[in-house]
Amino acid sequence: MTTLSDPPKEQFRLSMLLYDTRYRSGTIQVIALIGFMLLAAWLINNTAQNLAELGKPIDFGFFSEPASYDINQRLLDYDSRDTHLRAALIGLLNTLVVAVLGCATATVIGVVVGVLRLSHNWIVGRLMTVYVEMFRNVPVLLWIVFIMAILIETLPAPSAFRGEDPAASMLLSDSVAFTNRGVYIPEPLFSRSLGDIHLLGEASLRFDVSVNLIAILAVLIGGIWVSNIIKRRADRIQESTGVRPTTWYLRLGVILVPLAILLAALGVHFGYPALKGFNFQGGTHLRNSLIALWLALSLYTAAFIAEIVRAGIMAISKGQTEAASALGLRQNRIMSLVILPQALRVIVPPLISQYLNLTKNSSLAIAVGYMDITGTLGGITMNQTGRELECVLLLMLVYLVISLSISAVMNWYNESVKLKER
Amino acid sequence: MSDVSFVRTEMLPEKAPPPTSAGAIGWARENLFSGWFNTLLTLASLVVVYYVLSAIVPWILSPTFSGTSLGQCREMLAAAGQESGHGGGACWGVIRERWIQLMFGFYPSELYWRPIAAFVLLAVALAPILFSDKVPAKLIWFSAAYPFIFPWLLWGGAVWGPISAAAGFVIAFVVYRIVSQSMSDLIGLVGGILVALIWWLVLSGIAVSALDSILPIGLEPVESRKFGGFMLSITIGIVAIACSLPLGIVMALGRQSDLMIVKYLCVGFIEFIRGVPLITLLFVASTLLNIFMPPGTNFDIILRVLIMVTLFATAYMAEVIRGGLAALPKGQYEGADSLGLDYWQAQRLIIMPQALKISIPGIVSTFIGVFKDTTLVSIIGLLDPLGLSNAIRADANWNGIVWELYGFIALLFFVFCFGMSRYSMYLERKLQTGHR
Amino acid sequence: MKKSVFLGALTVAGLTAGAAVAGTMDDVKARGKLNCGVTTGLVGFAAPDANGEWKGFDVSVCRAVAAAVLGDQNAVEFVPTTGKTRFTALASGEIDLLARNTTWTFSRDVDLKFEFVGVNYYDGQGFMVPKGLGVSSAKELDGATVCIQTGTTTELNLADFFRSNNISYEPVPIETNAEAQQQYLAGACDVYTTDASGLAATRATFEAPGDHVLLPEIISKEPLGPLVRHGDNEWGDVVRWSLNALIAAEEYGITSANIEELAKGTNNPEINRMLGTEGTLGEMLGLDAEWAKRAIAANGNYAEIFAKNIGEDTPVGLARGLNAQWTNGGLLYAPPFR
Repeated sequence: MTTLSDPPKEQFRLSMLLYDTRYRSGTIQVIALIGFMLLAAWLINNTAQNLAELGKPIDFGFFSEPASYDINQRLLDYDSRDTHLRAALIGLLNTLVVAVLGCATATVIGVVVGVLRLSHNWIVGRLMTVYVEMFRNVPVLLWIVFIMAILIETLPAPSAFRGEDPAASMLLSDSVAFTNRGVYIPEPLFSRSLGDIHLLGEASLRFDVSVNLIAILAVLIGGIWVSNIIKRRADRIQESTGVRPTTWYLRLGVILVPLAILLAALGVHFGYPALKGFNFQGGTHLRNSLIALWLALSLYTAAFIAEIVRAGIMAISKGQTEAASALGLRQNRIMSLVILPQALRVIVPPLISQYLNLTKNSSLAIAVGYMDITGTLGGITMNQTGRELECVLLLMLVYLVISLSISAVMNWYNESVKLKER
Repeated sequence: MSDVSFVRTEMLPEKAPPPTSAGAIGWARENLFSGWFNTLLTLASLVVVYYVLSAIVPWILSPTFSGTSLGQCREMLAAAGQESGHGGGACWGVIRERWIQLMFGFYPSELYWRPIAAFVLLAVALAPILFSDKVPAKLIWFSAAYPFIFPWLLWGGAVWGPISAAAGFVIAFVVYRIVSQSMSDLIGLVGGILVALIWWLVLSGIAVSALDSILPIGLEPVESRKFGGFMLSITIGIVAIACSLPLGIVMALGRQSDLMIVKYLCVGFIEFIRGVPLITLLFVASTLLNIFMPPGTNFDIILRVLIMVTLFATAYMAEVIRGGLAALPKGQYEGADSLGLDYWQAQRLIIMPQALKISIPGIVSTFIGVFKDTTLVSIIGLLDPLGLSNAIRADANWNGIVWELYGFIALLFFVFCFGMSRYSMYLERKLQTGHR
Repeated sequence: MKKSVFLGALTVAGLTAGAAVAGTMDDVKARGKLNCGVTTGLVGFAAPDANGEWKGFDVSVCRAVAAAVLGDQNAVEFVPTTGKTRFTALASGEIDLLARNTTWTFSRDVDLKFEFVGVNYYDGQGFMVPKGLGVSSAKELDGATVCIQTGTTTELNLADFFRSNNISYEPVPIETNAEAQQQYLAGACDVYTTDASGLAATRATFEAPGDHVLLPEIISKEPLGPLVRHGDNEWGDVVRWSLNALIAAEEYGITSANIEELAKGTNNPEINRMLGTEGTLGEMLGLDAEWAKRAIAANGNYAEIFAKNIGEDTPVGLARGLNAQWTNGGLLYAPPFR
């Protein structure tokens, strides 16, 4: 009988840390970690020494002091007596506003341009190429200041709307005014408003939520949910009988009718802008700085998105289209059932990284005086308090959180549409 | 009953296509007016083109090239019968007077040959990499020496500085060869790096001052504050890309590596840098970097900006190279393993040459991106073209100028970036070695 | 200096050793150059010309200090700074002296740890409006759109002013003077507010300066002056007395034209002490005897510098006003050289 014995245990020697591949990777990692920690310790030590020398220990106390500057575009209530923290919050909201608006328009423009670039129309194709190359090859900062200059120089000042025979006039039966201070559009008002919910009392981060808005959103979501139920029922009927009942008026109805009733109950009406004093009063004021930034970021990013869309569509082989039409699918169904789902898989990851770029580029707001978080926290607050370290680090942290959230969405999407291959 | 059947024995001559589907008309019908929608698009496009051109062309064709101030330009325009004011005509005098400044900033005018030479030599140094089939292979030695020539030409100073910096690399390599033959590769690597660090930190300073006192050869030093205009943009772009390439390779390999700690360190670095806007990194350069350094150290601002832009480019470069690594078929890795190559040999001989080749278009587009982003330095007060345009507008003569400067700067950026992107497309076609 | 070498090839990029805390004067002398922070461009105060040569009122202060310390008014490196970067540049030792129309305030002096060595221009925040607006007082500006430069005390003063008068306004923050001017001229804002000197300078370059008026209200005190780091009194003294020498020179009638003559000795002991023919003032400062003579000879006395850069014969066209000598009803008052 033979017994299977373990191979003789090797005595551990120190040199095995280097020569034995089993241990070597561990050694390298420990060295790397120690090196990194030494570097970090060195940096922190230097910082501490320098700050002590400058007499400015890290202190976030300035956040609770009054900011004492005004911000023109504010989504929440704010005045110069509010704290620096609140100013930063207002700035953050402004960043998010321009980022969301920018991403939406950039996508629309980008998709249209991308499709038009593939157009058989010679002049349209060329024009789109000129557009894409023009925007891709000139720095976005230049575009921002350029578009700002165009807005300021070409649109009329509010004073041009004044007098017996004004040089400029409002559009759409006096409801919209394009001026070089921005665009004034009507705003929805509620005569029987449900009021606001005040959250967080008087704290710096307090904010009000409009009950009206919540009600409208709830009704809208409910309507869409019911409409989806109707659609699924229609799908079932179609699958069992082959005939699809006509449901579009029903589906539209369950969304629109409750919404209309709610709006009527709230007494919705529009407040129109009117020239009063130095400026237009009333209505919603989209400031020049917002429009310039929004337009420049959308146009610039759209040029990149157009290329992504074009590449995505061209990446789908012609065989797919041909096979689909051989199955007897109609043209629009080929697009929606065969081409788009495949093209989207190619398009979406770079598209989202463009959204990321757009959000980061929105920090250039500072060039046109749009008060985003770089303009408040990283601008005036940093300037007035002299707390560079705290402000810059916090600023980076905020952007990092925004970026990582977008990345997380991207990864989640990528996982969900990944081709399940071997 | 006749039994005549007709069989044609020769082909009919081809008929000319109807005039509406041939020549210019046919082309137009096919490409511009095929259907109501296309016709509408065409007409709309033509209207847009007309409006844009009719607004811009008269403005550009403005006889103000010799103007010496905005006021004089306005007089010249009035004399020429054009409306003065912003819509009337450009004031090109400002470009004539300031274009050299927009190009070179405040670099001493008698030394303009140095940046020019640096950028021309850059083309020579890049040739062996980009046109390997057309230039002698020996030129690669020049490419290796170029990273030391470039800063010396731009900043000047004693010739011994760059030579001693280069010597550090040579020493490190020699040590590595000797040690790795007698002991192990890893010890060789660590030893080489250590010796090089000792050389740079301690010995080379002494050596340089000694050599300089014996044999003072050198160029007149130029402080980096004198850098400005496009020269500054290009310098930042080139230095950032050149330094970020090796760092990016290391980061990409680290990110792909099996070593968990190394991997997370690299991922953390890359995601952090990619997650924050460049402008915040430039704020770090302008306000914080000195605080992070030992008390008393004081870099000048351009060097600080170079460091931060390099870190920024490194993260993007790492992702580009990671893409190149991922695009390599798995067989290449397995093939290298089956030949018995170790990790570094496989990287050096099999993986990197192919991955880098695939990544070249990505590297070029990263370069274009970094080059465009250099305009951001104007926000922290450096005088790049955009920053200079503000300084020029602060001159009493040119106060009130807007479009001319922006237009000129945009045109230069466009020419440069467009050229680069076309070149990268050409490379992409050339490098396709038929893997699909 | 050897600390720099660790950057290898980049050494040449100009890593300069700097003791940020003490001994700025020794640093400057060792370097042979004065690093002076100025604006990135403001008409009359500091702007580079076509040859890259900096000119202006603030620039002349830098040149006078360089002449006093180094004997050469051109031994200056001008470091353009923005409202954002100026204080860090000074605190970090990147510049030795900041002459960038900076307002002397309590918090900058005490909290940010700088030392204002004097005032080279007494200013105040004012408003400019187009004549056509028909406004005669800033209190009539309810609801107006106001252009302001960011990163200055201006925006704080403005917020306080409107708040205390209980009127509303719409601020339009702008990064540079050139852009503010562009927006104001195009009518994108009703009012432009900044230091009155800046308003005058800006108005002077308009096509039709007469169409714009400065409102009578001056809503703040803006003593603008050069500043250095806290804690280096030796260097602070040098800058302070270089500036005082310029001011005193005007008072005693020393000009760049007659300074050679006067330096040979006069009957006025104060002039003699200043110009180094009597006493040891230079030595006390750690400089040679002729320091003040060089500072004044560089660009002339205060009056000459003023007249050449921002005075009534220049496009900026500022009157002396508060910046006249105390003997003429102004605020300029140099302490005695004794």
